[in-house]
Amino acid sequence: MGYQLDFSKVLQGEYLDLILQGLQTTLILFAISWVIGLVLAVLLTVVRAIEFKPTQFLVAAFVEYHRNVPILIQLFVWYFGFAVVLPEAVNDYLNDVGAEIGYAIVALALNKAAYMSEDFRSGLRSIHPAQMEAARSIGLNYLGAMRWVILPQAWRLALPALLGQTLILFKGTSLAAGIGVAELSYQARYVEEQSFRIFEAYGLVTAIYMVISFAIMWGSSILSTRYRLRVK
Amino acid sequence: MLEILQEYGILLLIGEYPHGKLGGLAMTLIISFVSLLVTFPCAILIALARTGDSKPLKSIASGFVHCVRAIPLLMLIFWAYFALPVVIGFPIDATYTLIIAIVVYQTAYLGEIIAAGIEGLPKGQMEAAKALGLGYIPTTFKIVLPQALFNVVPGIVNQLTTIIKESSLGSIIAVPELSYAMLQVNSNEVTKPLQIFGILAATYFVLCFALSQATGVLERRISKRRTGRVIVEVVA
Repeated sequence: MGYQLDFSKVLQGEYLDLILQGLQTTLILFAISWVIGLVLAVLLTVVRAIEFKPTQFLVAAFVEYHRNVPILIQLFVWYFGFAVVLPEAVNDYLNDVGAEIGYAIVALALNKAAYMSEDFRSGLRSIHPAQMEAARSIGLNYLGAMRWVILPQAWRLALPALLGQTLILFKGTSLAAGIGVAELSYQARYVEEQSFRIFEAYGLVTAIYMVISFAIMWGSSILSTRYRLRVK
Repeated sequence: MLEILQEYGILLLIGEYPHGKLGGLAMTLIISFVSLLVTFPCAILIALARTGDSKPLKSIASGFVHCVRAIPLLMLIFWAYFALPVVIGFPIDATYTLIIAIVVYQTAYLGEIIAAGIEGLPKGQMEAAKALGLGYIPTTFKIVLPQALFNVVPGIVNQLTTIIKESSLGSIIAVPELSYAMLQVNSNEVTKPLQIFGILAATYFVLCFALSQATGVLERRISKRRTGRVIVEVVA
């Protein structure tokens, strides 16, 4: 194919800087949306647990929207669609401070909140109702039963799925490139365009993704084993 | 919203066909079904390697699965779109590169689902087949796969939903599918992005929600049939 691999260009100077900046943006997107997503997921789970039909329906609708629409389209809706609703002054300000990354965080966090709340819910559901009854019958009130009996088991059951979502979120940050956030994939494309070093640019960025993903997978398997629910 | 649908409805359904390339929703569906169809045999091979006795095959398959799971689909699409033509020496249509990327990506995921289906079968099935003197090939194709695949039908339909959603990434490399058509509409009608992307989101929602509901129904039917069979066996 007449192509000489030469990593020297992308491993130093301007191109390496661009890729490292992309990595930083990727990690920021990942960390912030993970935290917001997790907090929102807990809130959604609590709201859905309350026996009130309208709010339950709203949470269910929120979850179904985020599960059945491609995440790229969710990004488009925020980035292209939401901007129209805002007053022009707000938009100008947002564009000055970097609206793309903000919208990307919002979209990724809401998406993860929907998936993670489903994981929490299925964790809660897999605890047999008799456990609640037993806890209540030994004199614990509802909150006490939740605190000492149900939740310690439920979060352990939900943990593997939550860790799986963490990996999916990390990979999902790449889609922010679709709305012009200069994260890792975006920079890979840019460096490739500028330097014509296709294999080096994509190779380096793919390697970075793989290293971090493997670290997440490795951490996940350690945590899941450590906190596995053991039935004696 | 209605004016947009009236004006661009046909474009969204079939793209510029018959005056140009097929596109829109039809293309999204074609890409998704073709990807699933090509993924299926590859995933069965991966699943058989993962659950088989051969150590080297096992490590190759699990290496493949782990590596693919560690990379975002977008990077695979970039590799297929920008790097693959250089390797093979001639350009490929963007649609094919999207399908190639999805097939590689989904083989890893669907392979794991089918492997789980195989591992979920009672050991007695294989032992009974061996006791009857059946070799590996007939055991696999007559005993193991028919049951394992039947049990994971909901998982396979669920992957189709995932593939439909993943095909939206084609818009980044200008594959004329649904999202790309909508981006074109958006650049024509610059003042209505909320309606335009609302329609786009709604279209995917209807499609994928219907499929995920179907998955639920299938799951219940299959588990009913499975438990039903056990009862019949016990009674007999």
